[in-house]
Amino acid sequence: MAEEGGEKKVVEVVKHTYPLIRHSDMQDEMRVEAMELCVTACEKFSTNNETAAKMIKETMDKKFGPSWHVVVGEGYGFEITHEVKNLIYMFFGGNVAITLWKCS
Amino acid sequence: MPPKAALKLKQTTGAGGKGKGLRPVRDDDDGATHTEAGDQGDDWMQPKSLLKPEDQLELSEAELKEEFTRILTANNPHAPQNIVRYSFKEKQYKQISSVDQLAVHFTLDGNMLHKESDEARRQQARLEGHAEVTSSKKYRKGHSEPAASELGEPAEGSGAAEGEGAAEKPAEGAAEARDDGATPAPAKPEKLTNQFNFSERASQTYNNPYRERGTATEPPPRLNFSANVSQWEIFDAYQEDFAKQEKNKEKKVVPGRKEEDTKKKKLTAVEAQGDDISKIAKSAKIIERMVNQNTYDDIAQDFKYWEDVSDEYREQEGTLLPLWKFSYERAKKLAVTSICFSPRYKDLFAVGHGSYDFLKQTRGMVLFYTLKNPSYPEFIFSTESGVMCLDIHPEHPYLVAVGFYDGSVGVYNLTENQNAPVYLSTAKNGKHTDPVWQVRWQKDDLDNNLNFFSISSDGRVVAWTLVKNELEYYDVLKLTLEGAAQDGPDGVQLFSLGCGTCFDFHKDTDYLFLVGTEEGKLHKCSKAYSSQFLDTIDAHHMAVYKVAWNPYHPKIFITCSADWTVKIWDHNIKEPMFTFDLNSSVGDVAWAPYSSTIFAAVTADGKVHVYDLNVNKYEAICEQAVVAKKKTKLTHIGFNPSHPIIMVGDDRGYVTSLKLSPNLRKMPKAKKGQQIEQGPEVEIAKLDKILSLVREPEPAKKA
Repeated sequence: MAEEGGEKKVVEVVKHTYPLIRHSDMQDEMRVEAMELCVTACEKFSTNNETAAKMIKETMDKKFGPSWHVVVGEGYGFEITHEVKNLIYMFFGGNVAITLWKCS
Repeated sequence: MPPKAALKLKQTTGAGGKGKGLRPVRDDDDGATHTEAGDQGDDWMQPKSLLKPEDQLELSEAELKEEFTRILTANNPHAPQNIVRYSFKEKQYKQISSVDQLAVHFTLDGNMLHKESDEARRQQARLEGHAEVTSSKKYRKGHSEPAASELGEPAEGSGAAEGEGAAEKPAEGAAEARDDGATPAPAKPEKLTNQFNFSERASQTYNNPYRERGTATEPPPRLNFSANVSQWEIFDAYQEDFAKQEKNKEKKVVPGRKEEDTKKKKLTAVEAQGDDISKIAKSAKIIERMVNQNTYDDIAQDFKYWEDVSDEYREQEGTLLPLWKFSYERAKKLAVTSICFSPRYKDLFAVGHGSYDFLKQTRGMVLFYTLKNPSYPEFIFSTESGVMCLDIHPEHPYLVAVGFYDGSVGVYNLTENQNAPVYLSTAKNGKHTDPVWQVRWQKDDLDNNLNFFSISSDGRVVAWTLVKNELEYYDVLKLTLEGAAQDGPDGVQLFSLGCGTCFDFHKDTDYLFLVGTEEGKLHKCSKAYSSQFLDTIDAHHMAVYKVAWNPYHPKIFITCSADWTVKIWDHNIKEPMFTFDLNSSVGDVAWAPYSSTIFAAVTADGKVHVYDLNVNKYEAICEQAVVAKKKTKLTHIGFNPSHPIIMVGDDRGYVTSLKLSPNLRKMPKAKKGQQIEQGPEVEIAKLDKILSLVREPEPAKKA
């Protein structure tokens, strides 16, 4: 079993790069858009989380009005206050967590 | 004084003449004194020195003495002498003699006036006035306060009369204070009209009191959210999600397999439009069937248990008991053009709807009913063109081949939840040009592709093969009419094609099949030869509507026709073995699946005829009208493969199920002490026995 699991993990680590939404209270349309935006940004700036976050924030500000806040990182903890229906917390690429919320 | 001045003039001129130069002229008074002294002598005076300009011409004495004569005239030398003007009086140009000779070289306005003149007087008057004003000003300087109050008072009075503003009060007070010390001022002759003589009239409106009012909007609702992310958290999340996905996939796959392998397919495939409905679809279906079972409880009881006891007393005849009547709202008034039982589900059957009226073609429908739910079709496919025939694949009961009135053939897949056929022939790939009268699935070809045949009145029998996404076709047969070749206009031979209306394939001999035509001919054909027939029989006088091999006996087949007859044939003999006249156009005939000698036919007068050759070789053992209205024509019939019921369709879109009474499904009588034998051999023997009676006059025939 252990061996199997190990093998599986090795394979799966390579595999799992799809965006995985951990928590979101957004409307469907917004969620899909936000998710796609996060994916685009993280793929574009795969080496620089800061610019990726900047891009996400600015685009979201433009599309859905201010003020959006983004955290892109591999390991962090947070406690935030967000406006209802304006939060998405997702993983992407297997090692990046993105928290995107609105609080103006 | 005049004599003195004259003297002085004399002196100066004399001096000027002596000195030949310019001498500055002195003032009169000084000159006068000098002249007085000049009489004594000039020597004490300063010596006169001549100052010459440097560029002065040096002239000799003679030149100096030379006289230049100048004559002064009153004429202006610059004035033109020859001015000409047009004289209107004389109507010609005329020189003007009187030229203006005046030339002004210098003008200077004098500043002296005559004392008596008007101007002088006016000025005098003004000067006097000015003097008075200045004097009054001086006076005011001395007593400035009373003067100011004098001026201010009238203005204030009018201001107070107009406005009652609080701001004016102090001014008024001040005015009063001044009045105390006021002394009457001398009356002035006139009021000053200068620009500074204004009166101030100020007023102020009330200030509205301020009031503060404020509202605060409700802030958008907020929530707190917190989490911790780390690489292992992310990893775990992906693992979990992946596991879930796998599970879902398995779930999806499992019912899919079931659909193919088991009979649950029809339950789940129905109405799988949305997640919400599909969840309860199965239970809804069960409830629906339960309700129907309750509603039609008596019919269901009849279907299962009722046996007509009167059959015992009637020696040979039987009856048909009407059970459920199937109809669908949208298929009403569409004639039933075909009935086909599902080879897998005993209760499921397909009904094709279209129109047999050449002039009144309509849309078509393919409906699947089940005996368990007579109220509503199980599957509904609506088509643009009328459906003329259909066939359910014997091994894949979810595939239905359909022939349309417009000549196209299509294949519907019940598992695909869509209304359109999965395959459809088009004008480009071999579509028939006339209505397709029959389709029939064939055994899979060498490549294991599904294929079926179709026959149409355009005279072609076409084989269709389902390859991936499209239908491939080839013409199996062209129904050329013998001796019907005509000379065309160009001497070309024109072959007219017979109109195929039905066919049936031999159960055992794979290549052999029979084709019935609209001309009443019957062709025995082989799949191997596309241009000629194995045999041709003039079977009927009118269109052959149905040809069917006996399910047991390999040589016997039955035909029915619009010429009111049903005939039973041995395929080696050109004459019919039996001929039955039904007194009306026979729409369809079908062998019973349980006996070799029993068949049923439906006629256009609304009757069902059931024959059992074993019982009666000449007459029907049952002849029963089953339609409500007299004019309704019965079009098709089908035996249920396992239950003793038949389905008959009419041209109004109704399908009626009828139960065969015991006499109509009588098995060979059991002899005393003899075991009842069953099986195809027995059935064949039974039929052969009957046929042998007919064959007697034909010794050539070998059993």
